[in-house]
Amino acid sequence: MLSSDDITALGLTLRLALISTLMLLVLGTPLAWWLAHTRARCKPVVDALIALPLVLPPTVLGFYLLLALGPEGPVGAALEGLGGAPLAFTFAGLVIGSVVYSLPFVVQPLQDTFARIGTRPLEVAATLGAGPADRWRHVILPLARPGYLTAAVLGFAHTLGEFGVVLMIGGNIPGRTQVVSVAIYDHVEALDYASAHMLAALLLGVSFALLLGVYWRNRRWRLAVAGS
Amino acid sequence: MNTLFLKRRALRGLALLLLGGFNSATAAELQVAVASSFAPALEAVGEAYTRKTGHTLRLARASTGKLYAQIVNGAPYDLFFAADARRPMLLETAGKTLAGSGFVYATGRLVLWNRSGPQGPGAIHALREGDYRYLAIANPRHAPYGAAAQRALEALALWQAVQPRLVRGENVGQTLQFVQSGNAELGFVASAQLAALPELPGEVWTVPQELYPPLHQRVALLRDSPAAQALLAFMRSEVARELLRSYGYDLPGQ
Repeated sequence: MLSSDDITALGLTLRLALISTLMLLVLGTPLAWWLAHTRARCKPVVDALIALPLVLPPTVLGFYLLLALGPEGPVGAALEGLGGAPLAFTFAGLVIGSVVYSLPFVVQPLQDTFARIGTRPLEVAATLGAGPADRWRHVILPLARPGYLTAAVLGFAHTLGEFGVVLMIGGNIPGRTQVVSVAIYDHVEALDYASAHMLAALLLGVSFALLLGVYWRNRRWRLAVAGS
Repeated sequence: MNTLFLKRRALRGLALLLLGGFNSATAAELQVAVASSFAPALEAVGEAYTRKTGHTLRLARASTGKLYAQIVNGAPYDLFFAADARRPMLLETAGKTLAGSGFVYATGRLVLWNRSGPQGPGAIHALREGDYRYLAIANPRHAPYGAAAQRALEALALWQAVQPRLVRGENVGQTLQFVQSGNAELGFVASAQLAALPELPGEVWTVPQELYPPLHQRVALLRDSPAAQALLAFMRSEVARELLRSYGYDLPGQ
């Protein structure tokens, strides 16, 4: 049977995925915009850097995050110097890990979308007298909507299923850093397969319902746009 | 420098010198599943074994739980060196091992490591005083050293007190990483892990054996062969026993 820790883990996982996705969209938008339009010579370097989390196995990425966040690592030492608390074994630490881990999944669809839109619609809108905020709201966002949907879904789903990074920097604390994937893994290691199956089924069911909701809404939006 | 590390290096060299040639015509390669925490010690024993017999070992390292699951599902290993007695016994009950072939090859020792602690009052003092941010243990649900740590903390009447600051590693290897990277100040780990470190900063408190059930580690023979039998016999030899002792293990019949 599912324990209260399992339910807590599910809530925590959804919260982590939601917060990470929002942060990724906020950080990813200017980054993707810049990458889509820049002629800077360092662009390939930035492109390659963003793709790097795909290369490292998640546990390896998590291991280096653990070292970086530790009191002797660059991030941990800087934080301590500023009077902050270390990030390993905290929810904030998991958010940072998830953002790094899922960055390419959000930046790349947005970058492609922005590149496809190009600068032409913006220039037209500008000649028609639209201000920067207006152009962004009424020109870019509607055009980039499919790209945002893909980016958000990929970022969200990738964080939901995240395991290696959390395992390495989380410390498996119920209610704070124990996410569903780690809880399932614990059940399997403890040979409690029944709980593992139930929790895995619940994670799949909830994720499916959420994704279905998003795609459903998007379909209605597209039909509405096509109809108008 | 870590004295256990130096002693181990010296013994390893000595063992290689003492053991003579072998007949390579009959050399076999054994596929050995080994719990990660025991792998460094088995490597050392394996070198001596190869010198003596010509047979070589190919080690597959993972947690005892993962290796168990692989073996149940037909993984082709000759031998299984577990970090506990439970999983090899389960395999024996399930008829996956050669009946009567398994035995306790070593007994692990639980230690409390205070990595950045000043020499003096002792790691146990830091634990009692609450002078730390995080205490790392292996997950007591499935990791043998984690279960032992929980029993020891209960015996010390500290189990409730440590709860808010407890972090749990997937296995004792990850628990060591938490302490080694400085993210947790204190951690219950295996003596053998510390023996394999080239540098050992801070201080170590050996948990008294009466505070937790003995960490017996069993080996299981999964596929019989002369080479596998030779390795099992070699594990009981004085050369192997001395190497295991240098890694911080207690041995049966001691």
